Amino acid sequence: MSPRLGAKAIVAAAGIGAALLLGWLASSQGPLAPTKVTLAKVEQGPLVASTFGIGTVEARRSYAIGPTFASRVARVFVDQGDTVRAGQLLAELDPVDLVDRVSSGKFAAERASSTIRAAEAQLADAQSRAQLASASARRYAELRAQGFVSQEASDAKGHDADAAKAAVDAAAAQLAVSRRDRERALADVAGVGKLRAQARLVSPVDGVVSARLVEPGTTVVAGQAMLQLIDPASLWVKARIDQGQAGGVRVGQPAQIVLRSEPNRAYLGQVERVDLVSDAVTEERIVNVGFAARPEGIAVGELIEVTIRTAELSKVRSVPAAAVKRLARQDGVWQITDGRVAFRPVKFGITSLDGRSQILEGLNAGDEVVVHSERELTPGAKVRVVPAIVRAGS
Amino acid sequence: MINLAGRDILYGWGKFVFTGLGLGLLIGVTLSMAGIYRGLVDDGRVLLQNGGADLWVVQRDTLGPYAEPSSVRDDAYRGLLGIRGVAAAGNVTYLTMQIQHQRGEVRVMLVGFEPGHPGEPGYLVAGRPITRAHYEAIADLRSGLKLGERIRIRRHEYTVVGLTRRMVSSGGDPMIFVPLKDAQEVQFLRDNDALVNERARTAANPAFNRPGVPGLLEAVQASQASSHNVNVVMLRLAPGADEAVVAREIRRWKHLEAYTRADMDEILVAKLIATSAKQIFMFLVILSIVSAAIVAFIIYTMTLNKVREIAVLKLIGARNRTIAAMILQQALGLGAIGFIVGKTAATLWAPIFPKYVLLLPGDAVLGAILVLAISALASIVAIRAALRVDPATAIGG
Repeated sequence: MSPRLGAKAIVAAAGIGAALLLGWLASSQGPLAPTKVTLAKVEQGPLVASTFGIGTVEARRSYAIGPTFASRVARVFVDQGDTVRAGQLLAELDPVDLVDRVSSGKFAAERASSTIRAAEAQLADAQSRAQLASASARRYAELRAQGFVSQEASDAKGHDADAAKAAVDAAAAQLAVSRRDRERALADVAGVGKLRAQARLVSPVDGVVSARLVEPGTTVVAGQAMLQLIDPASLWVKARIDQGQAGGVRVGQPAQIVLRSEPNRAYLGQVERVDLVSDAVTEERIVNVGFAARPEGIAVGELIEVTIRTAELSKVRSVPAAAVKRLARQDGVWQITDGRVAFRPVKFGITSLDGRSQILEGLNAGDEVVVHSERELTPGAKVRVVPAIVRAGS
Repeated sequence: MINLAGRDILYGWGKFVFTGLGLGLLIGVTLSMAGIYRGLVDDGRVLLQNGGADLWVVQRDTLGPYAEPSSVRDDAYRGLLGIRGVAAAGNVTYLTMQIQHQRGEVRVMLVGFEPGHPGEPGYLVAGRPITRAHYEAIADLRSGLKLGERIRIRRHEYTVVGLTRRMVSSGGDPMIFVPLKDAQEVQFLRDNDALVNERARTAANPAFNRPGVPGLLEAVQASQASSHNVNVVMLRLAPGADEAVVAREIRRWKHLEAYTRADMDEILVAKLIATSAKQIFMFLVILSIVSAAIVAFIIYTMTLNKVREIAVLKLIGARNRTIAAMILQQALGLGAIGFIVGKTAATLWAPIFPKYVLLLPGDAVLGAILVLAISALASIVAIRAALRVDPATAIGG
């Protein structure tokens, strides 16, 4: 073997090697390389549509207890966490002069009673006088007819009788006034007594004190909350769900509730109310979810996550949600034909929380679609199918 | 006719190959530097492509959201959707922050977006899109996060459900996409201590805490804790709509600033990354000159080392053409080996760089032409020296 041949062979081999290396680099590493993609088949099976929201634990019924008039707090008998019964005295306001006004009213009523007795006596007196005067007038009228007395004397007696009758009417009126006076005085007593009762704040329901907002000595205005009560049996969840995902939420749907304090445990519940008015600023729907069994030690205001199961489809075609793309205002998927991708418009239905999108029309079970891609795909782009673009665990 | 160059190389192939390798590594560094420069510019451009937006609507008189801070009310999009030619609108927030994960911490750009609207990542390399309205995240591969990993951002834990590639800020920080409402909270809600202090401060203000008006203090405090701002509203236009006309409408009637893709490109490339890009470019120029000089010197000295052999060749009557061809072929061979080694090295080590290195085929072709031209130029100088060699040195020296 001549050294010339060997040299040529080596140079040629080196040249071919270099050309192959450059070709490999250009075609597999740089921007000219085909885009790596992964594929998935359209699957047929059940699909659960759910929606997710966050919210807080709230009491469905909470009671703010406060005065109906401005006053000063005298005593507060309960504290936060106390269990109270309906009708239990919770706090008392300083009655100031209310007690004195009740006594004063009572005295006025007593005085009115005395006045009534005096008026009754006067009436009796007037009636007696009237009887005497009318008898005397009758007698004079007879004597006058027989001509024993002058006409003048007879007229005077008639007048006396009329005056005595008028005195009876006056005494009767006086008696009625006195009776009214007494009734008024008694009504006053009752009214001030009611006001006095208003100064005693009692619980309207059986419940738990959730806040004690004032202490004795504080001046409060009418309508200000002094204590807050909640009905612990009415604790539920007020969840906010994005309007875009709240479409299928209905009363009675099952839900899972996760408390922030127990992130690994899901409590069961169900939708109890979907508010008619949705929040226009945050664009969220407010959904109330009740607990199937109320968790121990739950705090009002605690952050929760709610997952509501809105629909369960038994047999639908679906693809991974990552395969759903939008091109020229049309939803669809990328499919591979002869190593190049083409866009196929597809109508999609619901998307489940674990990332599967329902196919309404456009694809058949078993069709293959592009799921992940190394870069944005364009129609006609060259692609290479790989099992996974990112190695699991890397 | 024997190939003198080939024979000479085979005679001392070790020296030749190692010289070529050394040159190659130097060329590789130069190509990488070109890639770093291209990558820097591409980081800025890719940011604009990712959202799929045609118009960026930001606070008036700002260059937001990338070059300057910008704040827009999050219900502004409703008015924008009413403008003729606007097909879709998406609220987006940006916040560069440091986040902790299980293996350390990473600097990221937190992006708040609305799924299904402009601003969402266009493709995933693994996992699924965000399906819950809270506490899910899509992370860029560069962040080092994995699928299913839980990361804590301020107050809440987020689960990484999807991974993207090449979703970076103009500074090259990987992006983490979270639902808009979470991002707004991260951006505007303060830590607990600050909240408590702020409440106390408000309570101490007699204007907000009047004894005769129960409930006023609570109302004021509640209003302080919520935010309805975003950094930018991204618009996608209907086919055929003129972006300049829509932008003018928005500027005139909505009292906001609107930038087209060309404007944004100008802001990002010409303003935001201009200085660092120029810095890298200057270094690239210097490195190229130095590399060229080194390639030239190596070829020149290699020829000078062979003065004795050239003299012998002359002595036995070799023609000048034969000697010149030998030197030129050797120089070009050295350049070719250098380029191949350099290109290979640059391609193989590019993914290891923490920031993106973009090796354009055009740059590689330009690099190859330059390397071969410099080799040829340097060999001309060497050939002139070789032809002046006195054949007598073969005997006398």
